[in-house]
Amino acid sequence: MSEYIATIGLEVHCELKTETKLFCSCRNVFGAAPNTNTCPVCAGHPGVLPVINRKAVEYTVRAGCAIGCEISRFSKWDRKNYFYPDLPKAWQTSQYDLPLCIGGSVTFDVNGEEKTVRLNRIHLEEDAGKLVHSGNCTTVDYNRCGVPLMECVTEPDMHSADEAVAFLEELASIFRYSGVSDCRMQEGSIRADVNLSLSRPGEPLGTRTETKNLNSFRSVRRAIEAEIKRQTEVLESGGKVVQETRHFDDNTGTGYGMRSKEDAQDYRYFPEPDLMPVVLSDADIERIKADLPELKRARRKRYVSELGLSDYDASQLTSEPEIADLFDGAVKAGANAKKAANYVMSEIMRKGKTAGEDGIAIGVTSVQLAELLSLVDKGEINLVSSRDVLDKMWLNPNESAAKAVDELGLRQNNDAGEIEKLVREIIAANPGPANDFRNGNEKVLSFFVGQLMKATKGKTNPKIAGELIRRLLSE
Amino acid sequence: MKDMVKKSLAEIKEDIAAGRVSSVEVTEAVLESIKEQEDLGAYVTVCAERAMEEARAADKAVAEGKSAPLLGVPIAVKDNICTEGVRTTCASKFLENYIPPYDAFVVKKLKAAGAVIVGKANMDEFAMGSTSEFSAYKVVKNAVDPTRVPGGSSGGSAVAVASYQAYASLGSDTGGSIRQPASFNGVVGLKPTYSAVSRNGLVAFASSLDQIGPIARNVADCRTVYDVIKGHDAGDSTSYAGDLDKGADFTSLKGRKIGVAKEFFPAALNATIRAALEKAIKFYEDNGAEIVETSIGSFDMALACYYILSSAEATSNLSRYDGIKYGRRAEGCKTLDEIYYKSRTEFFGAEVKRRIMLGNFVLSSGYYDAFYLRASKARTLIKKDFDNALAGCDALICPTAPTTAYKLGSNAGDTTAAYLGDVFTVPVNIAGLPALSVNCGYDGDGLPIGMQLIGKPYCEKTLLSLAEIYEKGGERV
Repeated sequence: MSEYIATIGLEVHCELKTETKLFCSCRNVFGAAPNTNTCPVCAGHPGVLPVINRKAVEYTVRAGCAIGCEISRFSKWDRKNYFYPDLPKAWQTSQYDLPLCIGGSVTFDVNGEEKTVRLNRIHLEEDAGKLVHSGNCTTVDYNRCGVPLMECVTEPDMHSADEAVAFLEELASIFRYSGVSDCRMQEGSIRADVNLSLSRPGEPLGTRTETKNLNSFRSVRRAIEAEIKRQTEVLESGGKVVQETRHFDDNTGTGYGMRSKEDAQDYRYFPEPDLMPVVLSDADIERIKADLPELKRARRKRYVSELGLSDYDASQLTSEPEIADLFDGAVKAGANAKKAANYVMSEIMRKGKTAGEDGIAIGVTSVQLAELLSLVDKGEINLVSSRDVLDKMWLNPNESAAKAVDELGLRQNNDAGEIEKLVREIIAANPGPANDFRNGNEKVLSFFVGQLMKATKGKTNPKIAGELIRRLLSE
Repeated sequence: MKDMVKKSLAEIKEDIAAGRVSSVEVTEAVLESIKEQEDLGAYVTVCAERAMEEARAADKAVAEGKSAPLLGVPIAVKDNICTEGVRTTCASKFLENYIPPYDAFVVKKLKAAGAVIVGKANMDEFAMGSTSEFSAYKVVKNAVDPTRVPGGSSGGSAVAVASYQAYASLGSDTGGSIRQPASFNGVVGLKPTYSAVSRNGLVAFASSLDQIGPIARNVADCRTVYDVIKGHDAGDSTSYAGDLDKGADFTSLKGRKIGVAKEFFPAALNATIRAALEKAIKFYEDNGAEIVETSIGSFDMALACYYILSSAEATSNLSRYDGIKYGRRAEGCKTLDEIYYKSRTEFFGAEVKRRIMLGNFVLSSGYYDAFYLRASKARTLIKKDFDNALAGCDALICPTAPTTAYKLGSNAGDTTAAYLGDVFTVPVNIAGLPALSVNCGYDGDGLPIGMQLIGKPYCEKTLLSLAEIYEKGGERV
């Protein structure tokens, strides 16, 4: 008997980072006190009507352009009807047969190989609220109702947990680079459903199950691995996989069936009469396309081919769009690419990484960074004191590096005449060590450098100082 | 009943503006009339205190020399139109305790125009019905003959106006709910072009068909209220942003063409109603209008198309009443499903349940194509037929309803009989056109007969002019 091959398709829900919700003017923010970020529209009061947030449409189209989707010139809204307490209208406004984006594909590397996954579609829909269970009581928080969600549906092109996770990481990076979503897992701003079936090579696909609502890359990986194992066991023991919707419990690491095909809900989709169809012109789409920034893969390749960075450095610098933007900006402002890369990877990323959080906080502008690097390059400050300058500029975009250096009194003394005077004084005050040097003891040189640094509070250019001391001692 | 309540809206508005009477006096008189005629069941909620406050504010405005189109005039609002702070029940037990946190767009417009809102008019539950017998609170009775139905679903709005419990009212019309009760009570009702009046704050029955419109005792008053409530609303995505006055104001029928579509005059049409309509048509012809024969070939599809589309939308629109968030919840529920089942069983009336089930059926998987999809295609055909028919004339003329007001309870065992009563009104909603009902005579029992004028999109002015000319000169049966 031969090994089973897993066939995996994903449905990825991704929150858009628009300022307001999809159909009302409530703010699209995470973490407000329960039911404080609602209005009659998103709370589903009688008589309310939705008004589409054009920005959400634009963001979805932008995401579609980034993935090479065909953008629909005409797309419409549909009601997906079902009862649940987190859905105040008892329907979700979604797109059924005419989504905004069709097709497209995502190319990424997995275990050293290039892989492409095709997308079926991306459509725009609204999020539901959240049930909060406590004891024998359940309450509903409607804050998240109406938050704009993109649903990206892939073709069943993946065959392992590695591929699925690598795909998700690439997709999240594309959305972050496109500026349409933060894709923050712990805020639930990206979630995935996994469709999975097993088959033997050459045989038709097996019966699939759908594991719903996985909200971290880790649970996607674990759920896929657990489901492959479970289906294998079912098939090995002569059983049949049942088409069903499943839930994966992150705590126990196991999945369980929620409802079978027979109990599947009939959503009774029909066109939403309260919203007009979305009609986009070629000009609209061209404008959105033109705004699209260079994405991660392209930048990474450019850093290697045009800037001569190593592939490792290029991948580090493109790990987050904020870092890549900072780096690009600094290079554009005149910084040396390799030096800027090293500085960003060592100093900036160390400072910007906030432990345990997705993403990175960048507290300097690319212009500030370029200026700082130029000061180091010219020997006006040394690398060690550049950290103090960085601290001073952090989250203070109006502070120039030169001004910070002066305010901190860190500017190196490069005046050879003044240094010579000091060195002569130090030599005169330390005749013993001076004689030792003249007798061939090179080690005392560092004693004199130390004395000079002490006298100038570290602001002497160490290279100039060393040469000068050697010359004067040898006189 | 004081005489002043019988004045027209235009007259009482003039009296208030000129200081001959105060809004407070007028409002008191109307509230008194409401009290005297409580048994007609025109109102679900009377807002006496608020109305008096609004009347005092109106009097103050008059004293300050301000003017507004409805300043100080008592108006009734159908109980499916949201009023901030005043309960809006849709005549349903489900929303018995529901107080909206916002005003409907049209209510804001009324308030801005200085109107005094005296109460929330009774109706068929969630606007489903054509007799106003499906109110969960009390049956509405016809203003001309209280043993008969007032029509529906805006029965309360029509009766309030016809029996002098308000100078005008707002109703809503999904398949005839303004025009048919206007016809049954001998008043004027206008269903505007779909999208001419914002639906923002109108509790949805069938979103693609619902329109708010005015009911008044004469055409001029109807025009006054319509001019106040129409207009673009960015809060309603289907609201029309273009020119809402594509029609014309005129006083001569010279050069006007009125279309008669044969489908609206079936062989089985009640003879008295036919005679009344023929007389009205003759009036138009005698006064210079050209009568053109035309046809709506898809007329027969309209009723089925309407009941499929409206029920489908209703089933979705009414799903939000689930006992979870607002409105009532059945007692003693132990599980989520029990909350849904018990609340919806207990608080929805029979007619609403019937439409919900019908709507779920036509949308359900396996039946969608046969019902909803075909009805959508029929809708396109019906629209096209009306476009063609109206291309050759200013308006179509036909009866508003195939009958005059019938006895209360006479449809009790036969729901389709009531559905058939909508045969002349529903095609207009499907086509999204404006239409107006104005009285054109009385039958042998003295019951009013309505004639319907159907116009081109955003040509309400044309309909109002045609109706006003008739109203001033037309001879009744």
